[in-house]
Amino acid sequence: MTDIDIRSAPQSQSRFDHIIYVLRSNPVTLIAFGMLGFILGCALVGPYVVPFDPLETNASNALQPPSLVHWFGTDNLGRDVFSRVIVATRLDLAISVAAVAISFVVGSILGSIAGYWGGWLDAVLNRCLDTIMAFPLFVLAMGIVAALGNTIENIIYATAIINMPFYARLVRAEVNIRRNAGFARAAKLSGNSDIRVLAMHIFPNALPPMMVQVSLNLGWAILNAAGLSFIGLGVRPPTPEWGIMVAEGANFIVSGEWWLAVFPGLWLMMAVFTFNLLGDGMRDIVDPRKRT
Amino acid sequence: MLSVKDLAVSFGTRRGEVEAVRDVSFDLAKGEILGIVGESGSGKSVTSYALMRILDAGGTIKAGEITYSGVDLRRSAEREMRSIRGREISMIFQNPRAALNPIRKVGHQIEDVLRQHARATRQNAREKAIEALEAVRIKDAEARFNAYPFELSGGMCQRIVFAIALACDPRLLIADEPTTGLDITTQKAVMDLVRDLIREREMSSILITHDLGLAAQYCDRIIVMKDGAIVEQGDPVQLFSDPQHAYSRKLVDATPRAGESIRTLLPKEEQRPLLEHHIGENPLVQVRNLVKTYRGKSGPVHAVKGISFDILQGQSMGLVGESGCGKSTTSEILVRLLDLTEGQVLFDGEDIGAIPSRDFVKNPLRADIQMVFQDATDSLNPRHTARQTISEPLRHLGGLKGEKLNARVEELAALVGLPLALLDRFPHQLSGGQKARAGIARAVALEPKFLILDEPTAALDVSIQAVVLNLLVDLRAKLGLSYLFVSHDLHVVRLLCDHVIVMKDGEIVEEGPTQQVMNEPKDDYTKTLLAAAPKPPKRRDMIVDNKSTATAEAKSNKVAMG
Amino acid sequence: MLSDSPRLRAVLLRVAQAVPVVFGVIVISFVLTRALPGDPAVYFAGVMADEKSIEETRVALGLDKPLPEQFVIYLGNLVQGDLGQSVSTGRPVATDLANRLPASLELTLSALILAIAVAVPLGVLAATRQGTWIDHLCRVVVTAGVSLPTFFTGILLIYIFYYLMGVAPSPLGRLDFIYLEPDHITGFYLIDAAVVGDWETWWGAFKQLILPASTLALFTLAPIARMTRAAMLSALSSEFIRTARAAGLSNNKVLYRYAFRNALLPVVTTLGMVFSFALGANVLVEKVFAWPGIGSYAVEALVVSDYAAVQGFVLAMALLFVALNLVIDLLYAVIDPRIGFVSQ
Repeated sequence: MTDIDIRSAPQSQSRFDHIIYVLRSNPVTLIAFGMLGFILGCALVGPYVVPFDPLETNASNALQPPSLVHWFGTDNLGRDVFSRVIVATRLDLAISVAAVAISFVVGSILGSIAGYWGGWLDAVLNRCLDTIMAFPLFVLAMGIVAALGNTIENIIYATAIINMPFYARLVRAEVNIRRNAGFARAAKLSGNSDIRVLAMHIFPNALPPMMVQVSLNLGWAILNAAGLSFIGLGVRPPTPEWGIMVAEGANFIVSGEWWLAVFPGLWLMMAVFTFNLLGDGMRDIVDPRKRT
Repeated sequence: MLSVKDLAVSFGTRRGEVEAVRDVSFDLAKGEILGIVGESGSGKSVTSYALMRILDAGGTIKAGEITYSGVDLRRSAEREMRSIRGREISMIFQNPRAALNPIRKVGHQIEDVLRQHARATRQNAREKAIEALEAVRIKDAEARFNAYPFELSGGMCQRIVFAIALACDPRLLIADEPTTGLDITTQKAVMDLVRDLIREREMSSILITHDLGLAAQYCDRIIVMKDGAIVEQGDPVQLFSDPQHAYSRKLVDATPRAGESIRTLLPKEEQRPLLEHHIGENPLVQVRNLVKTYRGKSGPVHAVKGISFDILQGQSMGLVGESGCGKSTTSEILVRLLDLTEGQVLFDGEDIGAIPSRDFVKNPLRADIQMVFQDATDSLNPRHTARQTISEPLRHLGGLKGEKLNARVEELAALVGLPLALLDRFPHQLSGGQKARAGIARAVALEPKFLILDEPTAALDVSIQAVVLNLLVDLRAKLGLSYLFVSHDLHVVRLLCDHVIVMKDGEIVEEGPTQQVMNEPKDDYTKTLLAAAPKPPKRRDMIVDNKSTATAEAKSNKVAMG
Repeated sequence: MLSDSPRLRAVLLRVAQAVPVVFGVIVISFVLTRALPGDPAVYFAGVMADEKSIEETRVALGLDKPLPEQFVIYLGNLVQGDLGQSVSTGRPVATDLANRLPASLELTLSALILAIAVAVPLGVLAATRQGTWIDHLCRVVVTAGVSLPTFFTGILLIYIFYYLMGVAPSPLGRLDFIYLEPDHITGFYLIDAAVVGDWETWWGAFKQLILPASTLALFTLAPIARMTRAAMLSALSSEFIRTARAAGLSNNKVLYRYAFRNALLPVVTTLGMVFSFALGANVLVEKVFAWPGIGSYAVEALVVSDYAAVQGFVLAMALLFVALNLVIDLLYAVIDPRIGFVSQ
C-alpha cells in the first residue's frame, strides 16, 4: 500500500505555523496587534487613569498649547484634551463594536438562508439589499438618524443597517459556493438535516473571510460614527467623542490653535488605521493563495 | 535539435529552496515526438517551463545546459528568448479555455502573435490569422475569428490555442497536458490533429502527460519522471513490454488497459487473490422511466430523458458517458440528493423516488444508500479531521457515541487501510489517496447495501487509482455491496463492473454485460467511445502468451460473475 | 431582431432592474419621513408654525389620510418634482437642491478623476513589483489614506496650506469674493469659466477646488488602488498570461493589452462602491470647506431640524447614486464581451 507512507504525507503545517509565518514576513500586522492591545487598554482602563476630569472646565486655563501638564493642550473651555481623547476611546469603540456585532449576526443569518436555499427568498433579500446599497451609505445613515432621532442607540442602528448588506452578501456568496460542495452533500448523506449542514458544515468554513470583513468594518464603523457626530448627529457635547472634538476644534484651526482638532483626529485615525491593518493582516492569514 | 543536459530547477519557498527538477538530460531529434510522463509533482511541467524560461515567480534554473539548434537557451537574453518563444518553440497548455484571454477576440489573439514576430502587417494580419485558423482545420474560420473564448467549446478552444502556437511555424511544439479535462472523443480528435500537423510540417514535439497510455499511442519515445528526475527513457513498446525501473514498472502496471485484471494493476508483490463477489437474483434498485428536466434560461433542459434499468443485489453496474450525458444527474437522483421529474426509483421494492430528497434524511433507508464523491478533497470538510469525517454518519444515523464510536471509526480506518496515526489530521495534511480512503470509510461506515461511486478516482494519480480500485473490489466482496460506478474511463469500468450502461444526451444507448459491450459493441456511439480510448501496448508476457491470457481472463470473469 | 442579441437583452435587463431599486429607494425615503418621532406635521410646518399652520400642513401633506394613500400622494408629489418646502430657506427643496447640485458634482467628480489618475497607476505598480518596498509602501499609504477621516484631513490641509504656508485661499466656498461668478451654463465653475474664456476666474475656482478635491481624493484612492493591485495580480497569475508569454509577446503587450484590460473589469465594478464612499464623504468635506453644495445644505438643515430638506437630500443622493451605478454597469457591459452569457 504505497500511498500510505506517513512520511510522504504533506508535512504537517498547522494553522498556527502559518500565522507565525505570516506575522514574521509581515511585521506590520504584528504592530497592528500591538496597537489593538493599546486601544483596548485605553477603552478598558482609560477613564480611571487619565490625569484630568474630561468634563471639568477652567476658563482661566483655556486654549493652552501642549505642555508637560496638558500633553495635548487645553480646549476653549480649559478642558484637558488628552484626558478627553483617552476617555472617548470607550464610547467610540463601543458604538462600532455594537454596530458591527448587530450587522454580523443579522447579515450572517439572512445571507446564509439566501445562499443555501436560494429561490424567491434569495431574490427578495437581494432586492432589499440592493435598495439599501442604492443609497450612498453615509447619507443613508444621516437620514436614518435624522428620522429616528438624535441618540447614540440610533447611531448604532444606522451604522448596523448600512453595514449589514456587506455581511449578507459575503455570507451569501461563501455559502452559495459551498452549497453543492462534496462535503456538504456528504454531510447530508451522513444524516444531517439542511439546517445542520448549513450551521455545522458550511457556515464555519465561511468564517475566515468574515473575520477579515469584521476587522475592516470596525474601522469603518468608527469613521462613520465620528463622521455623524462631526455634523452634529448622535453624541452631543460635552460628552467627549473624537468626531465632536474635531468639529469643535475646527473653528480654531484658522486662528492657529491646531491641537484642539489635530489630537482627537490623529487618535481617531490611529484607531481606524489599526483595524484596517489588522484586516489586511487577517486577509493574508486567511487567503490560501498566500500560502506557498 | 534540442539538447538538455543536467538541468536542475529550484523554487524558493518559505521552507527554503526546494529542488523541483534535477539531473534531467535528454535529446530531441528533428521530427521526433517525445513524451514526458509522470504523476503530479514529478517535475514534468517545470522541465518544459524551464526550456521556455517561463518559470513561475521564485523558480530559477540552478544548473545545466539547454541548447536549441546551437542557441544557449539558458543564457540568452530575455529579448532573444522572446523572439524564440512562439516563433521557434511554442507551447500549448491544459485547460484551453483559461489559456485564452477571455475578453479578446480569438482572431486578434492570433494576430498579436503574428505581428509580434513580424509574420504579418497590420494590413494582412486578419487574412493570415484566418489562414492559421484554417490550418488547424477549423471550419468557418471567418466567423470564428470574431468569437470570444467563452463562446466556443473546450475542444474548439484547444484548437485556437493550437492555432496560436502554430501561427509562426515553430520548429518545436511543447504540449503540456493538452487534453486533460476534455472528453475522450474530443481528446482523440485534438491529439490526432496535433500528430498529423506535426508530421506534416516536420516539426518536433514534446508531449507532457500523466497518461502513459496516451503517450504510448502518440509518441516515438517516452521519458518517465519521478520526483524531479528521469527514471527511464525508451520507446513505448519497449517501455510497456519490459520496463526496467521499478517505478516505471509500477506505472505501466497501474495503467488500465484491455486484457488486464484489476489485481494486475498493482505491483506483483502486492497482489493478493481476488475476492469473489456474488450477484443475487433479485433486483436491488429498479429505475423506471426516469426523467429529469431542469428549468433553463432558454427553455427546459432535459438532462435525463426517461431511462430504465435494474441493478441486481451484489452487482456492480458501470455508468459510462461523456460530460453532459446525464450520468451525474442520474446518480444524484439515485442517492436522493436530487428530486426527479418523472418516473420511479424502486429500492428493495419501495419507491424512494417519491420521497422528496429533503425528507429522505429521516428515512431509515438513508443508511442503505451512500455515495463516494468525485473529488476527495472537495468532499471532506476542511475543518474536520479524518476521524470527525468518518464519525459523521455513525453519530447521526448510527447513533453511536463515545468509546463505541471511536472503536468503530478505527475499525473502519483499518478496513480501508488508513493508518490510525492519520485519523486526527485535517484534509490538507493528507495525501490524495489518504483523502480518498477517508471518503470511502465514511461511505461504508453504516454498511450500506448500495454504494454510488461518482468517478472516485478521476482526480487521483494512476498508481493511487490502482490501489483505490482494488480497495473498492475488496470492500464489495467483504461487505456484499452493490455498486453504481459512474465513470468516463472505459478501461476502469471494464475492470470493475459486471454490467455496463452507456449514456448519451440523457438516454441509454446501450447496455449489457461488460465483456459483451466492450468487445462487441452494437451502438455506433459505444464504438466511437471505445475507439477513442487510448490503447497502450500490451505487456510482453501477454504478447508472448496471448492465448493463455485470454483463457485466464475468461476464467477469472466466470469466477467474478459467481 | 434586436432582442436576439443577448448583450442588448442583458443591458435592457440591467436598466429594468433599476426600476424596482428606484421604487425601493422611494419607499425607504417615504418611511424615513413618516418615521419621524412625534408628529411629522409639526416638523414639516416648521419651527414658527402655530396650531393652524400645523393643521394646514397636515392636510396639505395628506398626513390625515391612511398610510397607503399618503404614499400615493407622496409619489404624486415626487413625479411633479415636489420635495416640500425648506423651512430655513423658504424655497422648495427641489429648487434648492438643483441650484446646489453642480457644486457637489464638480467637487466629487474632480476628486474621483484625481483619485483614479493616482490610484490606478499606483495599483499597477504595486502589483508588478509585488513584495518589494514599493509594494509595501503603497500598501501603507493606501491603508493610511482610507483610515483618515475626511473631515480631519480637510482641517489638517487647511491648517498646513492656509494657516502655515498661506498658499491656499481661505476655505470658504467655491470662489473668493473678489471674483465674479461665471455665467451659469453647466453650473460647473471650471467648465463655465473655460467656455467663456475667463481664465482668471477659472484659476480662482481651481484654487478653491484643489484642497477639498484632494481631501476627498485621498479617501477614495485607497479602494481603487487596492482593487487595481488585487485584480492585476490575479490577472497576471492567470493561465492566459502564460500562453501570451509562451507565444513571445512583448512585456508591454502582456502587461497592458492582456493583464491590465482584464484587471480593469473588477476595478470598474468597485467604482460603484467608491462612488458611495465619495458621496458620503462629500457631505463632511463640504462642511469643512463651507462648500455650497447639497451636502452642506443638508447639514445646515439638520441643525435647524429642517426635515423636508434633509429627506429631500437623502432621496436626491440615492437617485443620483442609482443613476451612477447604472452608468457603471453599462460601461462594464461595453468592455466585457461576456455580459449576457453568464450562464456559460
